[in-house]
Amino acid sequence: MSASEIKTIEIEVLRYRPEQDTEPFWQSFQVPFSHDTSVLEGLQSIKDDLDATLSYRWSCRMAVCGSCGMMISGKPKLACSTFLRDFYPNKVQVGPLEHFPIERDLVVSAEGFISKLEKITPYIVPKEPRTIEQGEYIQTPLQLKQFLQYSGCINCMLCYAACPQFGMNPKFIGPGLMALVHRYNVDSRDGAREQRMELVDEEDVGVWSCTAVGYCSEVCPKKVDPANAVNQNKVNSALNYFGRFLKPQGGQK
Amino acid sequence: MSGRKPYTRSMSGWWKRDPFFTAYMVREATSFIVAAYAIVLLVGLVRLGQGKEAYDGFMQALQSPISVVFHLVTLAVFVYHTWSWFQIMPKTMPMIFISGKRLEGATITRTGVAVAVVVTIVFLAFVMGVTR
Repeated sequence: MSASEIKTIEIEVLRYRPEQDTEPFWQSFQVPFSHDTSVLEGLQSIKDDLDATLSYRWSCRMAVCGSCGMMISGKPKLACSTFLRDFYPNKVQVGPLEHFPIERDLVVSAEGFISKLEKITPYIVPKEPRTIEQGEYIQTPLQLKQFLQYSGCINCMLCYAACPQFGMNPKFIGPGLMALVHRYNVDSRDGAREQRMELVDEEDVGVWSCTAVGYCSEVCPKKVDPANAVNQNKVNSALNYFGRFLKPQGGQK
Repeated sequence: MSGRKPYTRSMSGWWKRDPFFTAYMVREATSFIVAAYAIVLLVGLVRLGQGKEAYDGFMQALQSPISVVFHLVTLAVFVYHTWSWFQIMPKTMPMIFISGKRLEGATITRTGVAVAVVVTIVFLAFVMGVTR
């Protein structure tokens, strides 16, 4: 297929219009595409030329903003970095991210995710506050490497759509945010580890809801490896638990 | 008035949705066979405590066709478990740096499998040497 050649592909979209539908249904569209047409551009051409009522989220078109996460032929993917050519001559099925309530068409409710994000102290609380005169916080390249990978998260929530444990228990903090918890906990400048560990330890909320399915790390478009962050924190949580018995006050928290 | 009416999808049959989930469920389900094998070993221990006659009876029961098939299935399950455990092992470990470079997950998996194979061979040789 030459770069400019135009072909037609079938895109099936899971529609849900809350004001008139009681449940979602599949709607099929015939969409023209070329070699470099992404699934997102396919949706845009549906909205522009075929059905203006279609709703979906998007922004950057370059796998940075994390807005266009969707189920594409059953897999959690970013619509902007998935290409229609890879499905042709078969059809493509596009649905909203699994495990989240559908707000409208391909738009899911991210409320649960955002409220958890607010709870995990997703910023550095300086271990020892420094004045400007005292200068910057010094970090070695090795200290940087401890968290750099986990700071690559773009909050696209693909890992949540890949996590059946989150699907069955929406209280679970989940892979992406646990990676963020870990990102700050292992930062040598941070001093808020203890308050984050309370969430990590909490029943139904923390790491123990994870059963090591491991799919979260497979679908992550930024190679954050959230499964690694979650499972390292099972060790931390276990040490925390047994450590309490060694402290003078012994588990009276 | 809000026109919101979020639709929550059912989780029933979730493990059939993706081959990855199915493989995960197979991995989890094989644990039952591991547990069954542990029970067989425990029964053997109890029979041993009951004296020579009881233990000989247990050893004889192990040679029945059903028992042989069960042990072959168990062997396959344990080999699969060894493999799947070392597959997931890199996810459970903190980052390891060797002269500034991070140890790759694949290296951890390969090393784990190699150690398991060597330990198994050494152990088998030892047991066969003792019981000869």
